[in-house]
Amino acid sequence: MKLLILLVVVVGIVALAQLARVYELSAKLRKRREEDISHADHRLNASLFIVFMLVFYASVAYLYVAYGDYLPVSASEHGVGVDSLMNINIIIITVVFFLVNTLLFVFAAKYYYKKDRKAKFFPHDNKLEMIWTVIPSIVLAGLIIFGLRTWNDMTGEASDEAMVIEIYSKQFDWTARYPGSNAEFGLSNYNLITSNNPLGIVTNEGIAESLAELDASIEKLDNEVRYERGVLLSQKAKYEKELKNLKNHGGHGHAEHAEGDEAHADEHTHHGMSEEQLLAEIAKIDEMLTSDLVSVLSETALEAKKDKLYRLKRHKQRVLDIEDFDFSDAQSLSAWEAGKDDKIVKGEFHLPIGKEVEFVFRSRDVIHSAYMPHFRAQMNCVPGVPTRFKMTPTITTDSMRTIMDNPEFDYVLLCNKVCGSAHFNMQMKVIVESQEDYDNWLNEQKTFFVEEVKEEAAPEVPAAPVVEGEPTASIN
Amino acid sequence: MAANAHHEESFVSKYIFSHDHKMISKQFLITAVFMGIVAVMLSVFFRLQLGWPGQSFSILETFLGKWAPDGVLDRNAYLALVTIHGTIMVFFVLTGGLSGTFSNLLIPLQIGARDMASGFLNMLSYWMFLASSVIMISSLFVEGGAASGGWTVYPPLSALPQAMPGSGMGMTLWLISMVLFVASSLLGGLNYIVTIINLRTKGMKMTRLPLTIWAFLVTAILGVLSFPVLVSAVVLLIMDRSMGTAFYLSDIHIAGEALDVTGGSPILYQHLFWFLGHPEVYIVLLPALGISSEIISTNSRKPIFGYRAMIGSILAIGFLSFIVWGHHMFVTGMNPFLGSVFVFTTLLIAIPSAVKAFNYITTLWKGNIRLTPAMLFSIGLVSTFVTGGLTGIILADSALDVNVHDTYFVVAHFHIVMGLSAIFGMLAGVYHWFPKMFGRMLNTKLGFAHFWLTLVCGFGTFFPMHFVGMAGAPRRYYEYSQFEFLDWVMDLQPIISVFAIVGAISQLIFLFNFFFSIFRGQEASQNPWQANTLEWTTPVEHVHGNWPGALPEVHRWAYDYSNPNYEEDFVPQTVPLKAGEEDH
Ligand code: HEM
Ligand SMILES: [Cu+2]
Ligand SMILES: [Cu+2]
Repeated sequence: MKLLILLVVVVGIVALAQLARVYELSAKLRKRREEDISHADHRLNASLFIVFMLVFYASVAYLYVAYGDYLPVSASEHGVGVDSLMNINIIIITVVFFLVNTLLFVFAAKYYYKKDRKAKFFPHDNKLEMIWTVIPSIVLAGLIIFGLRTWNDMTGEASDEAMVIEIYSKQFDWTARYPGSNAEFGLSNYNLITSNNPLGIVTNEGIAESLAELDASIEKLDNEVRYERGVLLSQKAKYEKELKNLKNHGGHGHAEHAEGDEAHADEHTHHGMSEEQLLAEIAKIDEMLTSDLVSVLSETALEAKKDKLYRLKRHKQRVLDIEDFDFSDAQSLSAWEAGKDDKIVKGEFHLPIGKEVEFVFRSRDVIHSAYMPHFRAQMNCVPGVPTRFKMTPTITTDSMRTIMDNPEFDYVLLCNKVCGSAHFNMQMKVIVESQEDYDNWLNEQKTFFVEEVKEEAAPEVPAAPVVEGEPTASIN
Repeated sequence: MAANAHHEESFVSKYIFSHDHKMISKQFLITAVFMGIVAVMLSVFFRLQLGWPGQSFSILETFLGKWAPDGVLDRNAYLALVTIHGTIMVFFVLTGGLSGTFSNLLIPLQIGARDMASGFLNMLSYWMFLASSVIMISSLFVEGGAASGGWTVYPPLSALPQAMPGSGMGMTLWLISMVLFVASSLLGGLNYIVTIINLRTKGMKMTRLPLTIWAFLVTAILGVLSFPVLVSAVVLLIMDRSMGTAFYLSDIHIAGEALDVTGGSPILYQHLFWFLGHPEVYIVLLPALGISSEIISTNSRKPIFGYRAMIGSILAIGFLSFIVWGHHMFVTGMNPFLGSVFVFTTLLIAIPSAVKAFNYITTLWKGNIRLTPAMLFSIGLVSTFVTGGLTGIILADSALDVNVHDTYFVVAHFHIVMGLSAIFGMLAGVYHWFPKMFGRMLNTKLGFAHFWLTLVCGFGTFFPMHFVGMAGAPRRYYEYSQFEFLDWVMDLQPIISVFAIVGAISQLIFLFNFFFSIFRGQEASQNPWQANTLEWTTPVEHVHGNWPGALPEVHRWAYDYSNPNYEEDFVPQTVPLKAGEEDH
């Protein structure tokens, strides 16, 4: 097969070369210069400009008709303003698009070269240039004013009655948090994230949980490093050598060292051990060697584990730093406690109709973007830098289903900032419903730190992102 | 330097380590053509996936091997291809390739200089460009694949190897390649600026410079002022990646581990990146506009309309391009008032752009237009520039950008206004100056076929993307079947892909014409287009120092076409003014 392709390519090249030779000879005979475009060619290209223009316009018109209703009516209050701004913009640019392209193509087609004609010498005209500086300026000024009014409306402060929801992103899913009965979010800290506490909410339980998890990992890793066969064997060799030294030189070597090198004694704990102690250590290592904890690691793997161990210990220290928090400050204390009744939901979140929502966005790992096209809403989720956006939903999911004539329709929140391999399937359903339905739904949601959260959370092993983000639907 | 020092040159010093701007220009062009082939092929690969998601194509497996198991593009590979496609197109084809080719060729020739101010730096600039090209291409073959976070490589995604496979070795190579690339650009840019300021021949006042040179000058200034900022962004990113700093990182818990980073800001990177990134789109576009100004005037046999206004708008665009970068960041949570300022400055740019567009059209009006392939591409450029520029008005409006930011609407916009326009400008330049570069003509009929196919496929590919984007389809998605609300616009995807593939195939016509004509094209005459500028006073056969005798002297501007005082419809810049005749 490959050979065949190669053959075709070679034959093709040879054929082209021959063709080229023939072409070159015939061109020489014809004596036509490449730069002299014939009248026929001029006419052809000129008519092609007109044909192209008409086909182009027809296709554009078709696209406008077939796809011009790009999204259903806006489901949020500010979105209505955005849509009318969009419509005005589209009308203006469509008019200019047709106008300018028509002038361009018609001129190109109309004034093609004729031998006996001379072009008009027309180097400049201040009045004309003024016209097309001033008119666009006026139109743009209008667009800027209208645009910024809409912008200010949508980015302003939320009212005091607004409810607050936090949207939290990670590779590759979303979590929403409702503040619970006290209407206040608990503090959160990325160091406290565990499988039971996916948002890292700061509570005493959260800290305990995180410490427990860290201690377990540290111990596990510590064991892995300690029970590495190579490490054990080299340690054992060291003890045995020392034992031999001890036997050869009797006791005095030991005494001398003890006086001179007191400072070193801590670092080399085995240094200067007695014979019995050494024997005991060796026996211990022998016993360890028979344990099924023993593993064999490559140099780099061992280094990686030691690194990881170091990082885990630093992590633990950061958690301990949180615990050292000063509890005399009553204000912060309440934020500390506030997390206990936070509600955490995955998969879908609900909004009551007609109520202003202040969204707070945070991210755990990389930048994501919370995009809700049906609400004309978008905001980046940036690790370390919380962002916000406010909106008021105006159409319930049910009404929108009627409008769209599609009983399956659902609003979605999707990720719109490339974030890794499953970026294309990072979504959450949004349900807009009556206040009553919403209240019922929220009541059913479990508060923070209950078992249910667990099943949703990704396994906290350093899995390759590819695996972690396996999309739910199958793709072949 | 003696004008006709015809000393013998070895093959190596003539073709490889040449200091001659004409040879370096050809080196840039040919490198860019190869990079262009790669970038177009990558786009065909991922267009196959987008047009027919999940379908198996044996061509994918042939070219991509394990990145397309069973002929289906892997999703990590998809992101890598998109990223490298964008990077190569923007930086290697349309920055290095476009400026490198035409600034090098035309600056000395059109201002009447024997060579660039520093031939050695010029050579160095090319070799760094080549080295960075090689590194960028080689990053496609490393473990984990090439950089995959998009051509903007935002951290933390690009900073953390845990975040995606492409953020490992591939990303490292990407960063190294970019540093070399920027060094190359700076060497080139400084050289262009110094040459234009200092080496103009007698009589070549700034107000007599062809618009190409004005465009190259402003482009070089933009590059020199903005590329260093990209280097800082990149160097800080390198430090975050490998030295444990946290300029861009804060509060990150990834792959089951809380990182020891606090206090950095990912947004800082975006400010630094776009401080280059926006001027960059004009670095890509201005040379194309300069080239088309020259070609449109020459082939309309009319002076460019509003020469001074054209210079003014180049300068205005250049200046404004430094204070609009925030329009890429409306949804990063920036202060809304700051957003308003960027809305204002961005929409201001529309004014000089409109002036340019109308001036082009007025230049055509009542012309005697020679529809050469170069002219066709220049007219096409005006159309793409206007069509793509108009949708910029929507994106500049922060309130509207919220809903179309990072969707296919943006992809449509920048491909038309920057991609198509700059490619059209570059192709126009190749058709127009090919006789100057290679002493031979390109075949005209093949040029016509190439233009019409490219125009149709260009719009056919990118125009429908507006509607895909407005319907809410994000960019950089491997496939869209996970979202039912997008199903109805996805009908457009196969159509787009067909146009893209036919468009890519029709570039073979150009490639054939190009390589064939280098060796076998019709031999060129000295001034085939009957143009006024100085490059056409040099002999067809290249000589060191450009003019065999004394340097030409300039007496008038470059646009005396169809001047009523003269019989001929062109008056080269070297012709003295008649008694009583005024300079333009
Ligand atoms: C052969 C014709 C081309 C086709 C079919 C094509 C198609 C595409 C497509 C489908 C994308 C992916 C968009 C996304 O998912 O975000 C893309 C990205 C891109 N293209 Fe092209 N393109 C072409 C030529 C060009 C040219 C001439 C330029 C020069 C400006 C260019 C610059 C880019 C850039 C900067 C990106 C963004 C990459 C990213 O998302 O990081 N492309 N192209
Ligand atoms: Cu995401
Ligand atoms: Cu920009």
